[in-house]
Amino acid sequence: MRNPQLNRHGELTHLITTEGIPRDILTHILDTAQTFVPLADRDVKKVPLLRGKSVFNLFFENSTRTRTTFEIAATRLSADVFNLNINASSASKGETLLDTIANLTAMQADIFVVRHEASGAPYLIARHVPPEVHVVNAGDGRHAHPTQALLDMYTIRHFKQDFTNLTVAIVGDVLHSRVARSNIHALTTLGVPEVRAIGPLTLLPGGLDQMGVQTYTDMKEGLRDVDVIIMLRLQNERMRGALLPSSQEYFKHYGLTADKLAYAKPDAIVMHPGPMNRGVEIDSAIADGPQSVILNQVTFGIAVRMAVMSIVAGAST
Amino acid sequence: MTASGLSLPQAEDLYETLRQGVASLIQDLPPEHVHLVGIHSGGAWLAERLHRDLGLPTSLGTLNISFYRDDFDRIGLHPQVEPSDIGFDVADRHLVVVDDVLYTGRTIRAAMNELFDYGRPASIKLVVLIDRGQRELPICADFAAWQFQAPLAENLVLQKSDAGEFTLHIETKEA
Repeated sequence: MRNPQLNRHGELTHLITTEGIPRDILTHILDTAQTFVPLADRDVKKVPLLRGKSVFNLFFENSTRTRTTFEIAATRLSADVFNLNINASSASKGETLLDTIANLTAMQADIFVVRHEASGAPYLIARHVPPEVHVVNAGDGRHAHPTQALLDMYTIRHFKQDFTNLTVAIVGDVLHSRVARSNIHALTTLGVPEVRAIGPLTLLPGGLDQMGVQTYTDMKEGLRDVDVIIMLRLQNERMRGALLPSSQEYFKHYGLTADKLAYAKPDAIVMHPGPMNRGVEIDSAIADGPQSVILNQVTFGIAVRMAVMSIVAGAST
Repeated sequence: MTASGLSLPQAEDLYETLRQGVASLIQDLPPEHVHLVGIHSGGAWLAERLHRDLGLPTSLGTLNISFYRDDFDRIGLHPQVEPSDIGFDVADRHLVVVDDVLYTGRTIRAAMNELFDYGRPASIKLVVLIDRGQRELPICADFAAWQFQAPLAENLVLQKSDAGEFTLHIETKEA
């Protein structure tokens, strides 16, 4: 079966997950993003690539930062952007997801940016839109958050150049993290030889070893000699039952502090997808410290989302 | 030799004509306000060499017009070459846009649109190695080293060797 994100010419027409996207397409996205980065220094920070196109931001789950970066990215491509506050509208009146999409498609949408608490919602939408309409997943349930993974890949490439000699550790609540899953697929495809997941057993999902990931419950051991540390947010809102004793206890074992960071390589970079829980998964001194590239991630996120939208919008129909 | 029997001049000879043409085009302008801007890829190679040979005191700019093309809906976004690099303030500067082959004029339209997104230049001039005719927009070069009507079925391609020497080739367009 063809990857549903690719059209019959093998071009990226939707971005639902990093899983199964060939390396050359991932690299094409990163290279394109790189050409968008210098735009920020110009008088006019826009290019006319998506002039006349309509981008609909459909956020069925709250998010300020991701929605805003998508909005900035679409605006810098000269698209018209429409933000729909779904919780307050038709969904609460009982309209089904596909009816909502059919109505918006009838309003000549070109790209849907979708965030949904249910895993698979963007895929369902992608299957039902006409071929000239494109879907970009902005995070679905525990499944995937591909643009976050791509901006993480961009950040890693920016600071480390080559993927093929790196050891990358993903730390914390891997179980609930769509970011972790998307990162693992992207890192593996781009040729990172060693990916580690570090966290308490209750927050490490099964099947990580089948994905080629080594698991550690001892953070110091897991961080030894790594080049890149991706911290994850503790997702209290997705937790059911007692997975953790307390956030203080969690910080003691899995919070990134100077003494734990010392086990990584001296030039290791520290990443976090945000929003951060300071004092829970990361110490403030590290979040604001010299090895932190957390704000670089945010900046690169705009260029990466511009690249994704322009590439899918340019796919032939 | 083109399919129509025309023999191509040597690219290096054309380059020399271009260098002289650009030198006389900018001689009355204040050198500290003149910038060469090459269009990727061929125009950027030419601009780089002109910049060196003319000993210009100002920095060189390059443009990748992919994001300004008018055929995005038809061909999408192709793998990028180098990004645009305009490392100077274009406001009130005299810009000399350099390209290898002037054909429909659409590339130059895109280049001018992009340049105006960096600011408002004092003037823009266009210099090209070859003007092959068949314009689709009201655009003409201030200087062309060689003008002729190329057959529609043929593309003229500038190449640069590792040693930096220019050569011209003809490629037959795919039907």
